[in-house]
Amino acid sequence: MKFSVMVNEGPYTHQAADSAYQFISAALAAGHEIFRVFFYHDGVNNGTRLTTPPQDDRHIVNRWGELATQHDLDLVVCVAAAQRRGIVDPDEAKRNGKDSDNIAPGFRISGLGQLIEAGIESDRLLVFGD
Amino acid sequence: MSQAKKFMYINRHAPCGTAYAVEGLEVVLIGAAFEQDVCMAFIGDGVFQLKQDQDTADTGMKNFSPAYRALGDYEVNRLYVERESLQERGLTEEDLMPLTWEDEDDDWAEKSSIHVVERAQLSDLIEEQDIILNF
Amino acid sequence: MLHTVNKSPFESSSLKTCLSLAKRDSDVLLIEDGVYGALSGSAHTSWVAEVLGDVRVYALEPDLKARGLSKDKLIPGIEAVSYDGFVELACVNDKIQNWL
Repeated sequence: MKFSVMVNEGPYTHQAADSAYQFISAALAAGHEIFRVFFYHDGVNNGTRLTTPPQDDRHIVNRWGELATQHDLDLVVCVAAAQRRGIVDPDEAKRNGKDSDNIAPGFRISGLGQLIEAGIESDRLLVFGD
Repeated sequence: MSQAKKFMYINRHAPCGTAYAVEGLEVVLIGAAFEQDVCMAFIGDGVFQLKQDQDTADTGMKNFSPAYRALGDYEVNRLYVERESLQERGLTEEDLMPLTWEDEDDDWAEKSSIHVVERAQLSDLIEEQDIILNF
Repeated sequence: MLHTVNKSPFESSSLKTCLSLAKRDSDVLLIEDGVYGALSGSAHTSWVAEVLGDVRVYALEPDLKARGLSKDKLIPGIEAVSYDGFVELACVNDKIQNWL
């Protein structure tokens, strides 16, 4: 089965990012494919490399990056939602006159069309949010 | 492209208090370019998104309610509003923005995009969809 | 169709809305705070139990355990499933509606 997952909330405040991660891990372990993970609304905050959670707690951002590396996942942060919330890659920083970028490894910024494409191309699209 | 999928965007949040309504609308408008079969449903507090006379000036927030008028131009012309949700909130169809579209197959006749439906009918409509997103 | 509900019925109308619109023979999976909807002896137990003849209701076990809820606290007829079970439910149902 080819899954795509949408994550609508940021790390820690809601369980969404955790539930999505656990679902995706279980799906991968069962041999399924993850076509894309799309981050929208406050979900884009999963994509900042500047978090410093307590050492004895899960590192949600790094966990995404590690999963992406291990399984070649496509982690996409919505550009419109990211602009509003200050999640920036080097291109966006240059384009919008920002003095730095903060996108986490493993994530890329792209448009809402990537979400629609994920819905079209996948067998199942799940949404984790508030 | 393979056969178009049926997308339903279910709106259950009121406008203003959260960004789900406005960012949900952005998904619908962008998604409309992909030639899929798109409709929207408004349930619970989501029906408030379509309320007429929204004026956000004194809140300092942008008023995005006019953007709903663009839906007809993007061929999103089936906006299902749950009757029970309207009634529970003391609203009627007359309280909603008059959203319309122009039917090119009917000499560009202007038709209402809003369809007030009973819960049972909405249940049937949901069951027909391929992809359902909640906002 | 697989419906998931992530909100407690004490906090939100999501479960009620889901169950009022879900068709007969659907699967309904309670996740996150939604697992509180599976509790027996609560103010919501009777109307949740009523639908068990029409739909199959599951609760995500890791979310039950995280909240200190043992399986014997569930409404009879509600099954606890793991994330593997969640994935399986997502496979056997053609469509998914995640109520937020």
